[in-house]
Amino acid sequence: MSGHPNDALGPKAWPFNLKTDSGAPYEIPSYRPTNPVLRWLEYRLPLLSFAYSTAVSYPTPRNLNYWWTFGGILTFLLGAQIVTGIILVMHYTPHADMAFNSVEHIMRDVNYGWLLRYLHSNGASMFFVAVYIHMARGMYYGSYKEPREVLWILGVILYLLMMATGFLGYTLPWGQMSFWGATVITNFFSAIPLVGESVVSWLWGGYAIGNPTLQRFFSLHYLLPFVIVGVVVLHVWALHMVGQNNPTGVEPKTEKDTVAFTPYATIKDSFMMVCFCIVYAWFVFYVPNYLGHADNYIPANPAVTPTHIVPEWYYLPFYAILRAIPNKLLGVIALFGSIGILAFLPWLDTSRVRSANYRPLFRQFFWIFILVTVGLGWLGSKPAEGGYIIAARILTFYYFAHFLIILPVLGWVEKTKPLPNSISESILTPNRSAN
Amino acid sequence: MSRTILALVLAGSLLGLAAPQAALAAGDAPPPPRQKWTFSGPFGKFDRAQLQRGLKVYREVCAVCHGLKYIAFRNLADLGYSEAQVKAIAAEYKIKDGPNDQGEMFERDGRPADYFPTPWANENAARAQYNGVPPDMSVLAKARGYERGFPWFIFDMFTQFQEHGVDYIHALLVGYKEKPPTGFTLPQGASYNEYFPGHAIAMPPPLSDKRVDYTDGSPATTDQYAKDVAAFMMWTAEPHMEARKRIGFQVMIFLLIFAGLLYFTKKKVWADAH
Repeated sequence: MSGHPNDALGPKAWPFNLKTDSGAPYEIPSYRPTNPVLRWLEYRLPLLSFAYSTAVSYPTPRNLNYWWTFGGILTFLLGAQIVTGIILVMHYTPHADMAFNSVEHIMRDVNYGWLLRYLHSNGASMFFVAVYIHMARGMYYGSYKEPREVLWILGVILYLLMMATGFLGYTLPWGQMSFWGATVITNFFSAIPLVGESVVSWLWGGYAIGNPTLQRFFSLHYLLPFVIVGVVVLHVWALHMVGQNNPTGVEPKTEKDTVAFTPYATIKDSFMMVCFCIVYAWFVFYVPNYLGHADNYIPANPAVTPTHIVPEWYYLPFYAILRAIPNKLLGVIALFGSIGILAFLPWLDTSRVRSANYRPLFRQFFWIFILVTVGLGWLGSKPAEGGYIIAARILTFYYFAHFLIILPVLGWVEKTKPLPNSISESILTPNRSAN
Repeated sequence: MSRTILALVLAGSLLGLAAPQAALAAGDAPPPPRQKWTFSGPFGKFDRAQLQRGLKVYREVCAVCHGLKYIAFRNLADLGYSEAQVKAIAAEYKIKDGPNDQGEMFERDGRPADYFPTPWANENAARAQYNGVPPDMSVLAKARGYERGFPWFIFDMFTQFQEHGVDYIHALLVGYKEKPPTGFTLPQGASYNEYFPGHAIAMPPPLSDKRVDYTDGSPATTDQYAKDVAAFMMWTAEPHMEARKRIGFQVMIFLLIFAGLLYFTKKKVWADAH
């Protein structure tokens, strides 16, 4: 694959720098149609050869473990959410007086409507389960480091879009938690100095949350998933430019370090996807309301505030950070900062070693960070009072310290373990291998 | 804005008595005792006889104040009633229809396609009559519950415990106390209930022994009525639960076999790569 158009820009990107055993540049097998019709098409639009080189012959590191299957799982879930969502929209009515009724209509009278709705509502939760594992894997193995910064930042953007989409979707049944959750979240913007109140009424489309709010939230909830699809395309494109990281964090050097995407990655991804579907199906068929809140089966009532307004579980750590800060504006800044800081991770982590397998200190701090985030999530579900507030403040401080103090310092002081020379070497000498 | 919210919160808590909508039992109420339900667990099924008794309790007691607006008479076929029985039940209700050719509203006998009529014209009428708006009972079993707390809520995911709502409803119906404990001042017109958040409930004790005649020999006790009507409410809240669990089992079997096949295929594909 010599003569890549980006040659002039600097070192050749993955997989154009792969070598064969003899040291010659490795060329990805490409698709050569023999069927005359396909040849005709190929000349005019090389769709099949594009699909072949991205999804079949594309080389992936041969040592990828099962934590690398969640990208595929997320793609599947995005598709499932879009398909179930489009069908639900055929029966749902986005109106403050009718939304709750139409959801009950779906649950009762639409053929398999209960299945569609439970697939969709639990699918959102599963989406976040998968994305949190996907992100944690990236953080553990240092997948955000050069040259994968843009890939990582696109991921952070996807995560933000998912959060927005999930929040908008949760308002649509127009139950008590929909209504009051929307009230709390949109009120974040009232913290903006001077224009806050105007921004909030602009978001609401009125002086209170009401039908105009529901309708715009519905419109945006339908739009954002397709924006997500667009960013996913960029995310995958960026991935294919720089190649996958792997448990050693050492770039593949020769063809031997890799296997073809199909059948190796495809079959592994499929197996894990079906395993994930077992968990998904458990929730959908056996405990479909476990991840929801009973209050959302009460129709929205502006006159009655629920005793505890709790967001969906996937926002709880950030909700805890928001409430840990006594000042509203600073709380909102901390909330957005706690997500925004992820985008700077490639530069905050100063270590040149990617994988936590070779970073004994970072490895411990990684797990502490995971525990702190789970702890924040638990505190987010508790009332903001007494000991809970103090604990949330300590954990919030630690959350930011992890990024702003621990990661930069670790890179300087940590004594890392020796890296294997190549992926194949790490597989052949298991005592030093990654796992 | 925050002042508006505060006002709403205050208004909400004042209305708390009139509209007992707080779904999660507050900390001062004991957790409802766990009951045995035929519909719990992965193979759970409704007990048709129990649902029919529950319907009887609803029609003779609850329906005086509570609507059941998402349930049509035709849905009662799920409880084991024949088409003729459903028609007969529907015909016992007067349904407002219209406008007719003269442009007037009129009343007619209910038909299977009609929904249970709500016993009050609008929320203001209900408030004037009952000291609050009695919540519609259709989805109540899913709209009520209580905090299980750590670590129980984690176990619930695996044990498939999701009968918080019906346990709470049963406990509430049997949890009335004639006299509040000393030091508790009961607001005017309220009753004391052990399991209700804040204990002061606008609904007077609805059930008493022998209030409803059972023809199938089941005990005519408050406890039995409470169980039956709670089970009935689980059905009204989740009418497709049996289909859900049945299909779920089939899906699980399919996925497990599929995962097994993929696992061995994966092993075979990777055999030469290791």
